[in-house]
Amino acid sequence: MAIDFELSEGSQISQKHYHEIAVAQMRPVSRKYDLAEHHLPTEWVDYWWKTGRKGPKDKSPVKNDGFITVCLQAEELCWGDAGLYLRMPTPALGGSAVSAAGTKEQQKEFMSAFREEGGHPIWGAMAITEPQAGSDSAAIETTADWDPETEEWILNGIKIFCTAGEGASTVDGGFVVVWATIDKEAGRGGIKSFVVMANTPGMELIGCEKKHGIRASDTATLRFENCRVPNANLLGSSEVRKKGPTKSGDKGFKGAMATFDASRPIVAAMATGIGRASLDYLKEELERGGITIRYDAAPRDLTAIERDVIEMEADLRAARLLTWRAAWMMNKGKANNLEASMAKAKAGLAVTKITQKAVQLLGPIGYSKKLLVEKWMRDAKINDIYEGTQQINQLIVARRILNYPSAMLR
Amino acid sequence: MIDFEPSEDQALIIETVRQFAEREVRPRCREADESGVPPQDILEAAHALGLVANSLPEAHGGGGERSALTGALIAEELGWGDMAIALAILSPGLLGLPVAEFGSESLRKELIPGLIGDSFVPGSLAIVEPRFDFDVYHPQTTAKSDGDEIILDGLKSQVPWVEGGGHLVVIATDGTALGAFVVARDAAGLSAEPDLNLGLCGLPMVELTLSGVRIPKAHRLDADDSAIRSMINRGRVALAAVAIGTARASFEVSRDYAKERETFGQPIATRQAIAFKLADMAIEIDGARLLVWEAACAIDRGEDAGRLARLAYDQTTRITLQVSDGAVQVFGGHGYIRDYLPELHLRNLAGMSCFETLALI
Repeated sequence: MAIDFELSEGSQISQKHYHEIAVAQMRPVSRKYDLAEHHLPTEWVDYWWKTGRKGPKDKSPVKNDGFITVCLQAEELCWGDAGLYLRMPTPALGGSAVSAAGTKEQQKEFMSAFREEGGHPIWGAMAITEPQAGSDSAAIETTADWDPETEEWILNGIKIFCTAGEGASTVDGGFVVVWATIDKEAGRGGIKSFVVMANTPGMELIGCEKKHGIRASDTATLRFENCRVPNANLLGSSEVRKKGPTKSGDKGFKGAMATFDASRPIVAAMATGIGRASLDYLKEELERGGITIRYDAAPRDLTAIERDVIEMEADLRAARLLTWRAAWMMNKGKANNLEASMAKAKAGLAVTKITQKAVQLLGPIGYSKKLLVEKWMRDAKINDIYEGTQQINQLIVARRILNYPSAMLR
Repeated sequence: MIDFEPSEDQALIIETVRQFAEREVRPRCREADESGVPPQDILEAAHALGLVANSLPEAHGGGGERSALTGALIAEELGWGDMAIALAILSPGLLGLPVAEFGSESLRKELIPGLIGDSFVPGSLAIVEPRFDFDVYHPQTTAKSDGDEIILDGLKSQVPWVEGGGHLVVIATDGTALGAFVVARDAAGLSAEPDLNLGLCGLPMVELTLSGVRIPKAHRLDADDSAIRSMINRGRVALAAVAIGTARASFEVSRDYAKERETFGQPIATRQAIAFKLADMAIEIDGARLLVWEAACAIDRGEDAGRLARLAYDQTTRITLQVSDGAVQVFGGHGYIRDYLPELHLRNLAGMSCFETLALI
């Protein structure tokens, strides 16, 4: 161990591999599915299912950077197109939840279909947000009631903003992990997550949102009406922990929240990919216009554009390194709640600003739909909102650095 | 393979310097700032730790373990103690490292052992010139050949001038390229006037007039334009690391204050307006530190680190000003009072936008 910023050979191969996919498979249909919102991007989905999910062919170097390699994949593919990335047939966040909280049997049962050869593309998703509760996920109202006769849980409620929710709820083999309370009185202690298989009676797709960006991604509203799921689909234990000052009081909820420690670095990496797409294009366009960024010029000699680009680049790089640090901690088995939120907060805001600045610097062509720069600005903004808004991540960071329990800082 | 953990040796050095900064440096920072000189006993104690000596060549009595990354880790801890004292402690490197890297054998023999003897001897480097449009790569200070001698003319500012130094390095142009020249402090034609600034008051600095200063040809270091550029890159990484340490101190004192100070019956840290500001400070400090480490690693791999050093330095300049200003704000009225540290940190860090090569690693 020693501080090192060089990617292992395996990671470099991955990085190159996914970059090539981004160039060859994603960019050509990027605008098409930005315009054709709510249409399945079949070229991309089929490509991913048949070829992309197998990963790089050359797997000879065994060394890679573990979870950082996952972040690299997210960065490269979102450099290609973030909407299409979110539309990939994968277990996605649903998978993260099953991995984080499920038993070995559950992991096998729900995830193996994603690894099978052939078949048809399937999706996983996670449903947390409700019309009245987003950031405050302990306030969700969807209920799960136990039916002792059939030994099933009965879900009732509405879920919104469910990424990949159309595919996951309607294509056989996929699943949605639904957060619901089994005891409202118990607060967070009563919140559990349930795997609901696609097309389970009682789960209904109400529709998909019309969005500012990431339009290729299906953001679903799902209604649960007496939707029955077997007890085997409950992730974690059904024991209701009592409210109270004891830390163990909301272990189940905390376990579910731990999913975010793994997903936030990925979202930060996705954000970085979009920001880099914007910055790369900006620099190319400037070079075509005869402007090369002079990193060695005296500060007072730099043009306003050079200054802006250098700042964008530094911010993007800082976001990326914070992301890699959070991912590296996962490799080491270290608790990374603080670092994951730092990465997410930094990346979300940095790329929001970077992509807006790119539109601004490129003037009328930046604003035009002839290029993808305006799209990247729209796509980037979601990264400062989902998986915990900028403010929620600030809250988490603040609690950690102040060593305050949540009751002290809300 | 990506890794964020210092080696065992580095961890040990960090811990040693951290303790030194906490016990020795921090308690004296206000005294240094108000008096305009760094405490001599602290400089001696730091010298005894061998922080600079360790990166000077073994052949001349040093440790022979020069590493930009290790240097950055040390610099941050010292900067956490106090920025001005940190730069005074590191000042022997301003002379020793360029001489070690680019000096002739005889020059190295002449100058390096003096820097690692029994007591602390400061070094110095004159690079900045007092103009709003100063361009580090195009100085107006000139070096002209005259037989076996070189004649230096020009005006330099922000030149560290801790008492007791013998020589300094002067950066000048020979008309076509940058050059680095070793000059004795008592050379004829050299005159030093105190250079008082907004901050870094604990580090004595001078404005240096060079009028017809003659040095032997052998005192021109064998450093071409690109070598001097890489020296400047090292300087940026070193100074950025010091500044990160100072910003970290600024963050820590304001965090602690926010947990104590109450408004309306609650600590102000329980208010999002304050808590979020502190969170942003922590995030930006960590992000900039990683940029500094990344640039340091590029230097240690022998790559051209110009771009990474630039990104790291600029980011550090931006965020350390933001952090230290934020710290003053968190302290409110007390932040404006010289009994507390934030105003000192703010004055010191505000100079990052004009400093150049005040430390080397």
